[in-house]
Amino acid sequence: MNKRSRWALPYFIFLVLFVALPLLLIVIYSFTDGAGHFSFANLTKFFSDGNSLSTFAVSIEVAIENTLLCILIGYPAAYILADKKLNPSAVTVVLFILPMWINALMRTLATAELFNMAGIPLGKGTLLFGMCYDYLPFMIYPIYNVLNKMDKSYAEAAQDLGATPGEVFRKVTLPLSLPGVWSGVMMVFMPTVSTFAISEFLTNNKIKLFGTIIQENINNSMWNYGAALSLIMLVIIGITTLFQGGKSEGEASGGVLI
Amino acid sequence: MPGKETIINIEGLSQFYGEKQVLHDINLYVRRGEFITLLGPSGCGKTTLLRLIAGFLQPTEGRILLDGKDISVLPPHKRPLNTVFQRYALFPHLDVYDNVAFGLKLAGVPEDEIQKRVKKMLKLVSMSDYESRNVDSLSGGQQQRVAIARALVNRPKVLLLDEPLSALDLKMRKDMQIELKEMHKKLGITFIYVTHDQEEALTLSDTIVVMNEGRIQQIGTPIDIYNEPVNAFVADFIGESNILKGRMMRDYRVAFIKHEFDCVDAGFGEDVTVDVVVRPEDIYFTNDPAKCQFKATVNSCTFKGVHYEMWVDTDTGYELMIQDYDPYPVGSEVMLYIDPDDIQVMKKERRANTYPAKVLGEGKVEFLDTEFSCDTSGFAEGEEVMATIRFEKVDLLDHEEEADLTGNVVFILYMGDHYHLTVKTETGENIWVDTNDIWDKGDFVGIKILPKDIKLSKPVAGNE
Repeated sequence: MNKRSRWALPYFIFLVLFVALPLLLIVIYSFTDGAGHFSFANLTKFFSDGNSLSTFAVSIEVAIENTLLCILIGYPAAYILADKKLNPSAVTVVLFILPMWINALMRTLATAELFNMAGIPLGKGTLLFGMCYDYLPFMIYPIYNVLNKMDKSYAEAAQDLGATPGEVFRKVTLPLSLPGVWSGVMMVFMPTVSTFAISEFLTNNKIKLFGTIIQENINNSMWNYGAALSLIMLVIIGITTLFQGGKSEGEASGGVLI
Repeated sequence: MPGKETIINIEGLSQFYGEKQVLHDINLYVRRGEFITLLGPSGCGKTTLLRLIAGFLQPTEGRILLDGKDISVLPPHKRPLNTVFQRYALFPHLDVYDNVAFGLKLAGVPEDEIQKRVKKMLKLVSMSDYESRNVDSLSGGQQQRVAIARALVNRPKVLLLDEPLSALDLKMRKDMQIELKEMHKKLGITFIYVTHDQEEALTLSDTIVVMNEGRIQQIGTPIDIYNEPVNAFVADFIGESNILKGRMMRDYRVAFIKHEFDCVDAGFGEDVTVDVVVRPEDIYFTNDPAKCQFKATVNSCTFKGVHYEMWVDTDTGYELMIQDYDPYPVGSEVMLYIDPDDIQVMKKERRANTYPAKVLGEGKVEFLDTEFSCDTSGFAEGEEVMATIRFEKVDLLDHEEEADLTGNVVFILYMGDHYHLTVKTETGENIWVDTNDIWDKGDFVGIKILPKDIKLSKPVAGNE
């Protein structure tokens, strides 16, 4: 071990204590029963329990809907922000982060109150609204970053070769900005699956998400089942990340949240 | 002479970026099949002119005609022109084949014809084996070839090239120059080429357009431009040269470096100050006292590969650059002569700084947006006058205190025994300065003019 690599020691200890060890504990808890004996009971319980499975399905469905909604709103927003002609100042970009300076829980509570005041019944619509509101910046930023850094000469070259403005977007700008979209999807989709606070406040717990049942189990000291559910979610995160990693490999560097 | 044989006519083209005028009334025609080069230092407006032709910019004034039709209002995708970009701008999400096929697919050319044309074009640029390669995996030279193929495959009426070789190393650049020239000959397409590299321009072009500060300085064949530069800027920018103050004694007789020479120029008048250009390879050494026109001492001698570059001090106190195949030892006294043919006499663009001025009051005058003191006797308050300051009477300071105004050195010309500087003031006006001090291009300087050196005169009718 040379001298330099010793500098990495604090990070290594941190990783072991706060990443590896908790993960290991989750795995151990998932495969043991309350008495500490090895068992598959937690996993079989999940896959045989209709309620859990349907909550899981609803979570995925809501997450997909939210992600699509975020792309639909976020892409045009990012495009406008990155266009120097439409948005000559960088101040507008800061305006998009401003809401994030306020705690997400407070924002969600405030949103719920607004719906109550307006007499709008809480339900799936309000849930999607709240989620989209909370996660939209995470979609806008990576896309904005990629579009902002994109060499303008690509669009010019396309025009030069006979592409109309619409064709320039479809054939050049959009494909080249996909890495940003994938980053955005990653940052919106997974948190949406696991969130529980938003669904609690914005649907009065009428709609339960996967995150909600994990939280309920842990709160009720059902550590083993809660851990098993967490593990299932981890596996999904892992799979999506791998899928995304394969997608953006070799492409222009994807956008990262600043 | 615009007419049938011209493909592009540019008429009265001016371009502003906000307040700043980057092109001044450009008039230019391009002959069909010609290889024309826009040459100039960075910021001279050559790229702006190319972008106007391509359609990425809309001209503020003037028109661009292609085959007699005004195209200046058309968006780039409707112009039958294609561009090779400086940084190639190959689409990173497409492979080599799809990059080249991009324009043809948009034009709706049938698939089998696209395939034929793309393959043929890739063969022309020697990239046949790279069809399915990712463009990021190609070297700079290979990317350049693909970029050229991508533009040429559309059979444009005119190919625009924006410093296409500037990112390549010297050897590769030389090879590509030869290939470009061959491609041009083979295809017969008109090429408009932008570069700041004078050697490249001389090698490639049928016609060179030398530009500076948004204006065309000279248009001509490489040989004309090299042998007969019209002004000191062109002489200095193209190749190496000795630029000197001279005096036309009479037709065919010119004096400079305090010696008189026969020359081939006439029509300047008698006893008129001029600028003289002598290329360093046109000053010859001789052992024959009868041939010798002047003597000099060798000051330095550097081997440059093919030739030696020597600086000599003449017996009259001027410094000249000479290029010769044989070296002469430093310190040795040599005899020199210049052929009449090799002396290029140019009309002096200006003899002194002159500015329109306004008398503010007794002893006070305003020009260059600055107030100066000077002798105003004979002029009334509020009168419009001309202020004249000789080049050598302008003092440059390296600080702002005591200075009347400030500016940046934008152009430096060595005149054999002094420097002739162009200083751009903060309001964008030029002040020309003769000085023995050494300044660098870009230096921020204070400008000081003494009251006794400002001469006022009545404005001449018709002169601004």
